[in-house]
This record gives sequence, C-alpha cells and structure tokens, in this order.
Amino acid sequence: MSAELTQSGAEILLRALKDQGVEVIFGYPGGAVLPIYDALFKQNAIRHVLVRQEGGAVHAAEGYARSTGKVGVVLVTSGPGATNAVTGLVDALMDSIPIICLTGQVPTHLIGNDAFQEADTTGITRPATKHNYLVKRGEDLARIVHEAFYVARSGRPGPVVIDLPKDIVINPAPYAEPTFSHPSYRPRTEPDLGQIAKAVALMKQAKRPMIYAGGGVINSGPQASETLTKLARLTGFPITNTLMGLGCYPASDPQFLGMLGMHGTYEANLAMHGCDMLLAVGARFDDRVTGRLNAFSQDSRKIHIDIDGSSINKNVPVEVPIIADAGKALDALLAAWEASDAPVDKPALATWWRQIDEWKAKDSLKFTQNMTRGSIIKPQYAIQRLFEITRARKQEVFITTEVGQHQMWAAQHFHFEKPNRWMTSGGLGTMGYGLPAAMGVQIAHPDALVIDIAGEASILMNIQEMGTLSQYRLPVKVFILNNQYMGMVRQWQELLHGSRYSETYSAALPDFVKLADAFHATGMRAQTVDELDDVINAMLDCPTAVIADIAVDQAENCFPMIPSGAAHNQMLLGPEHEASGVGVTDAGMALV
Amino acid sequence: MLSPTDTTPRSATISVLVDNESGVLARVIGLFSGRGYNIDSLTVAPVDAAGMHSRINVVTSGTSMVIEQIKAQLDRLVPVHRVADLTMDGPHVARELALVKVIGTGEKRVEAMRIADTFRAHVVDTTLGSFVFELTGATDKIDAFIELMRDLGLAEVSRSGIAALARGSRVI
Ligand SMILES: Cc1cc2nc3c(=O)[nH]c(=O)nc-3n(C[C@H](O)[C@H](O)[C@H](O)COP(=O)(O)OP(=O)(O)OC[C@H]3O[C@@H](n4cnc5c(N)ncnc54)[C@H](O)[C@@H]3O)c2cc1C
Ligand SMILES: Cc1ncc(C[n+]2csc(CCOP(=O)(O)OP(=O)(O)O)c2C)c(N)n1
Ligand SMILES: [Mg+2]
Repeated sequence: MSAELTQSGAEILLRALKDQGVEVIFGYPGGAVLPIYDALFKQNAIRHVLVRQEGGAVHAAEGYARSTGKVGVVLVTSGPGATNAVTGLVDALMDSIPIICLTGQVPTHLIGNDAFQEADTTGITRPATKHNYLVKRGEDLARIVHEAFYVARSGRPGPVVIDLPKDIVINPAPYAEPTFSHPSYRPRTEPDLGQIAKAVALMKQAKRPMIYAGGGVINSGPQASETLTKLARLTGFPITNTLMGLGCYPASDPQFLGMLGMHGTYEANLAMHGCDMLLAVGARFDDRVTGRLNAFSQDSRKIHIDIDGSSINKNVPVEVPIIADAGKALDALLAAWEASDAPVDKPALATWWRQIDEWKAKDSLKFTQNMTRGSIIKPQYAIQRLFEITRARKQEVFITTEVGQHQMWAAQHFHFEKPNRWMTSGGLGTMGYGLPAAMGVQIAHPDALVIDIAGEASILMNIQEMGTLSQYRLPVKVFILNNQYMGMVRQWQELLHGSRYSETYSAALPDFVKLADAFHATGMRAQTVDELDDVINAMLDCPTAVIADIAVDQAENCFPMIPSGAAHNQMLLGPEHEASGVGVTDAGMALV
Repeated sequence: MLSPTDTTPRSATISVLVDNESGVLARVIGLFSGRGYNIDSLTVAPVDAAGMHSRINVVTSGTSMVIEQIKAQLDRLVPVHRVADLTMDGPHVARELALVKVIGTGEKRVEAMRIADTFRAHVVDTTLGSFVFELTGATDKIDAFIELMRDLGLAEVSRSGIAALARGSRVI
C-alpha cells in the first residue's frame, strides 16, 4: 500500500460515516471493534450512545430512523455482539427501516478458524438484511460504506450489515468520496404515466372507492403524506391506514376510517370488503390486513403503488400495478386526476358514504369505563386519557409501543395527525422493541415528549435500557398497561383454546416503581380510575425518565377482531355489541 | 392479470445475471430455500472475460403467481443485474451435460455402446469392464439415456444442470 495513506481503516470508516451525515451511533464495544472505539474517542463529530444490550442498539437506531427519515447506525462487536443484533435486523427488514449495522469480525487471516468470538456474521445475517458486506480489503472499505448507505436508504429501505475484520480497521486505508448510484441496484422511482392514466380512469369510474395506505407512504417522506391528504380530499374517497401507515393521513379528518385489519375498525374493514375500487399505496397486503385471501375485497378493481415489485401481486393480484415511489406516484395521480375531465359518479359516492356512516355509527371501538371511585381502569380508557391529556399540552408527541394488546389499543385510541410520530414493530412483532426505540426517538428529538406504551411482559425483554435512559438523561416515559398477563396470547387462549391459560400469567413481576428507582428514574402507579389522570399528569411533568405502572382490567380483550382465516365481514365485536361474527375454523386454528 | 385460482404449476427456466461477488450464490439459493421455492436445476459460472459477472440458470416450478414472485424477489437482490424468464419470454435452447458410468461386460456392454451411438454420446473413458459416456442435450434426452442404461449396468451419473439462452438475436 502506498506510503501516503495516513488514516487507519477505523478513521476512514468514521470519515465515511461523517460524509454520509451520521450524527449518532448506537453501540456496544468489544475486542473486535476496539480500534473503532479508539477512533471514536479521538473525534467529536459523531456521538456514540452506549446501550446496555446490542438488541437495544438496533431498536434504538430504528426509532431514530423512523422518527427522522434518516439512516440509523449501529456498531457492535463480533460474535455475540453481532448475534444479539439479529432480531433487530429482521425487525428492520420486515418494517422497511433503513439501518447500517457495523459488526466487528476476527482478522481476515483467522476467518473460518473458529477463532475467539468468531461468528459467520454475513452468513447469519444474509436473510436478515436487505444486503450485507464483508470487507476483505482496505481499499474497498470507504466505497462499501457509501454503497451500503445508498442501499439502505433507496428503494424499499432496509438494514445493511458491514462486517469489519479487525485488521481492516487497524491497517491504513484509502478514502473514497460518497457515491449515489449502484451498478446493479437501481430501484425504479418514477411512475409509468400510462399506468397512472389507467389508474385515474378506474378511480373516476368508481362507485364505491377506497384508499388503503401503509408504511410506504411514510418511507417516502412527509411530502407523500401531504399529497395523499390532498388527493383524498380532492376525490372525496374514504381512506384507511395499516398499523405501519398510521400518521400518514390525519386521524381527525372525517374521511379517515381508522386502521383496518385484524384489529381494525368495523367501518374500515367493511369498506374494504365492499368497495368496487381499491387504491393501495405503500401497503403490502399483509395477512393481518387481508384476513382470508379468497374472501378479500373480491368486488374491487385494484391499483397498487409500491416501490418494490415483489410486494405487488404477492398475495392479492391487482389490475393496475404501479412500481414507483409513493410520493412521486401520488403527485402524478393528483395531476392526472385534475387534468382529466372524465365525470365522477357523485350520487354513487354519496350513497357509499351513507353506508359507511352507518357502519361508523356502530362505534366498534366503544368500551365502558366505570367512573366510580375505586373502579378498575380499562386499558382503552388509559390510552384515551393519555391521548387527550398530551394533546391538550400541545407538545410534540412521539409514541412507541411494545407488542400485544396494549399495542393494538394504542393504535386504536391514540390518534396521529402527522407521519413519523408512531413507532411500532409491525411485521416481526418484537416484544422489547418499544423502550429502546423510544430511546432512539428521544436522542433525535431531545425536547419532544416520547412515550413507550408498554405491556408488563414486553417491557421486561429490554428493561436493561433504563440504564441508558439514565446515563444520557433521556426523559422517556414508559406507560405500562399492566394486566398481569401476556394479554394478546391470553386472548387467543380464551377464544381458541378453551380458556386454558397455559404459561401466560405474568408471575413474580417486579415492583415497577422500585425498579424505576433502581435505575435512577421515577416510578409511579395508578390502581384505580380516580388515580389515572394524576399519574398521567405527574408523569408528563416529571423531568426524568418515568415508569408509570397502570393496573388495568386483566380480562379485557381487544376488539374488533377478525379471527385468523376469517373474512372482513366476519369480524368479532366486543361485549358492547350484540353477538356477531363467526367462530374460528379448523383451518384458521393453524394460522398465526 | 394473475389469478390466485390458477393453481396449475408450470416449469420456468430463469436466467439471472449477477455481480460475481462472494456470497451471491448463497443469496440466490437462500432465497429459494427460505421462501419455499423449488430448485429443479441450478448452474452458475462467470460469463465475461473479466470475471465480473456470472450467469445463474435456475429451473424452477410453481403457479404463475409464484413464478412472478420468484422473479420479483430475484430482481430486488442488490447484486442482480437482470432476471429473464426464458420459458415465458419466447423460444429458448436449454442444454445440459451428463457423464454416465456404465459397468458391464458381454452383450450388455455392446448394447450400451449401441445406444450411446444413437444418442451421440461420446466415450470419454473406458476400461475392459466400464464406460464413461459424455452426453449433452436437453434434459429429457439425458433422462431417457439414463433410463435406458439402468438395465445395462448404470453405476453413477454426474449432471451439470442446464445452461440456457434465448433463441435468435435476443439477449438478456
Ligand atoms: C399483534 C399485532 C397485530 C397486528 N394487527 C394489525 C392490524 O389489525 N392491522 C394492520 O394493518 N396491521 C396489523 N399488524 C401489523 C402487520 O403485521 C403488518 O406489519 C402491517 O400490516 C404492514 O403494514 P403495511 O402494509 O403498511 O406495510 P409495511 O410493512 O410498512 O411495508 C411498506 C410497503 O411499502 C413499500 N414501500 C416502501 N417504501 C416505499 C416508497 N418510498 N414508495 C412506495 N412504496 C414503498 C414497501 O415495499 C412495502 O410493500 C399487527 C402486528 C402485530 C404485531
Ligand atoms: C420476542 C417475542 N416473543 C413472543 C412473542 C409472542 N407474543 C405476542 S404478544 C405477547 C404477550 C405480550 O404481553 P404484554 O407485553 O404484557 O402485552 P399485553 O398483550 O398484555 O398488552 C407475546 C408473548 C412476541 N411477539 N415477541
Ligand atoms: Mg400484559
């Protein structure tokens, strides 16, 4: 190597990160990454946040990425550091979150030798990432870093691993400037205008139209949400969001029907079932959304905008596929709609809305809270109050969740007006996601109110990150809906397995107030309905991190529910409504 | 439009042009095994002078929706340049090479030789008690040859898997 090389691989790495606009890395040190930590020590441009477990680092980077639109960056050591990161990588892959995960590796000459803390990281993470690299030569290092950022953020975003053998980061390496293209990976972003014209023709003819918008609209950037809102208002079409799409359309808008799918609203699901034209934008027809496929929205002609060709025609065949960035395709649709003088069937649309309003009147998310002093708190009520009290404070609010009933109640009862404010693990459904994700959000938005709506079981999966909150004085609020059960699993056991609650009771729970105290945070507890508002207010006023342990009704189930294998018009409604829906079929029992 | 009710599987010969980087074959194979797609045959080799690009030929089967999904999944792999469905895109030629060892003496040996002749197989190795035949052709021709050798002392087979190109001036 030529004599002019004055920077080590580690320094070149940090220079490349800096040139990619990286401000913060979530990481955990170890032998294989010592040279990188040494280089970090000697500079100030990039901040390092020390997590307590590598899994927490990836979720933190996810929260950071989802709430900012930037790429989240993770640094972990070889072997166990890398394997601990795997769950987070798959989580980011399923939910299309751009992540760069730098993993240490044993020196190149020891690879394959079962060296100390060696793991086949590229082998293990190949199906867990959008792409991965093993850097074998110093001269490839800077180019690979830039390429990895390009891959992570373009097209359908996702996690990319760069495996860094220790000799590569120790030895001098040359620098290369950032590149913004790739020889083989060139995702299509501009829509085909012929397809746009076909789409507008279908939309104009529609008598019972429906818009189904998902996480891809959020991936596309805030502008896409604005265009979507304009298009919906201009057309007058009803619109629903997936769990991942919440916030891409203002929840307070009268055209919004709420979330659809397994725990979606009655009106959203019946409108999907009955529509004659379906415009899907950045949504992937997930099984939580479609229910039984051969009964899914059978009478609709379908348009599907997605940046990833493999999302189109995967589960549901569509008539007008549009492979493009959601924002660009929506811009084109809006322009084409405005330019078209084809008539729209206004009376049909008015009839359709009358039908939808009837469905809405059912008030499928209804619950009854007994307000008598000493009454047990309904979990839905706790979230409703959290929403109302935070809204009244007019502060910027970001919500993360763990996984379970509390997650679904949060989706139903906390409402979002803007994208990037709602962070949840949708595709993988990773318990333990919410706390570290909230940490990442708070790092990116130091002055915002960041709340993890949690379950008492999930929170224990990454509880160690309370230590990180304390170290960096991150005032994240953990709002536990404590039903003393793995409620979502208990609910399935009640409905599908004869109420045999096999291993789903949360026995031997810690005292969450003392636990908060042990982590230098503030603990509080509400046990009855009269205590709830005071605890919420105290939590929001508290300058430190908080764990608020809210005791809620253990028997409460999350409704509406479309049982696995059932159709949209076979929804189970809650006890507030007269008997409805169907039982679960044998085929449905085998589904998850 | 694709139909989910069309459940008849078809066979597809798919050619994939990839960057010749490490792990790329594992990526393609992992995609097939991870998503439960069939691999009936698979070949891979560099195809340009600089060794920068390789061509992978996969013979797979599935319903039309599954085949479309396989192509889309291959296409989004980062090191993939082009994906072509040779079966759907027009006529193509597909050939494979087989080495077939037959052990036997007397009348069976003579008969094996005679059949090899009609199939235009070459003898690439011989001893007094054995032949190794080399045969190229379409998969069904090789299948037929091997079937005939079964009674004549078939001992071992090594097949290359198929190489395929579109007919005419079309390139992928
Ligand atoms: C306990 C539990 C219950 C659940 N219940 C429900 C439920 O009732 N309802 C529900 O909706 N979900 C539910 N989910 C979530 C569900 O599993 C899926 O994660 C979710 O439905 C997927 O959302 P999406 O279709 O918006 O796709 P995402 O996973 O957000 O994928 C985004 C899509 O957009 C595309 N895309 C990405 N970027 C762009 C771009 N720039 N332009 C265009 N397209 C782009 C991608 O290729 C992809 O196809 C539940 C999850 C859990 C854990
Ligand atoms: C890591 C992981 N393990 C197991 C599951 C399966 N699972 C889904 S929800 C759930 C229970 C969650 O309980 P809790 O956090 O108390 O939430 P609740 O449903 O009670 O609101 C379990 C075990 C999962 N999603 N993630
Ligand atoms: Mg619980």
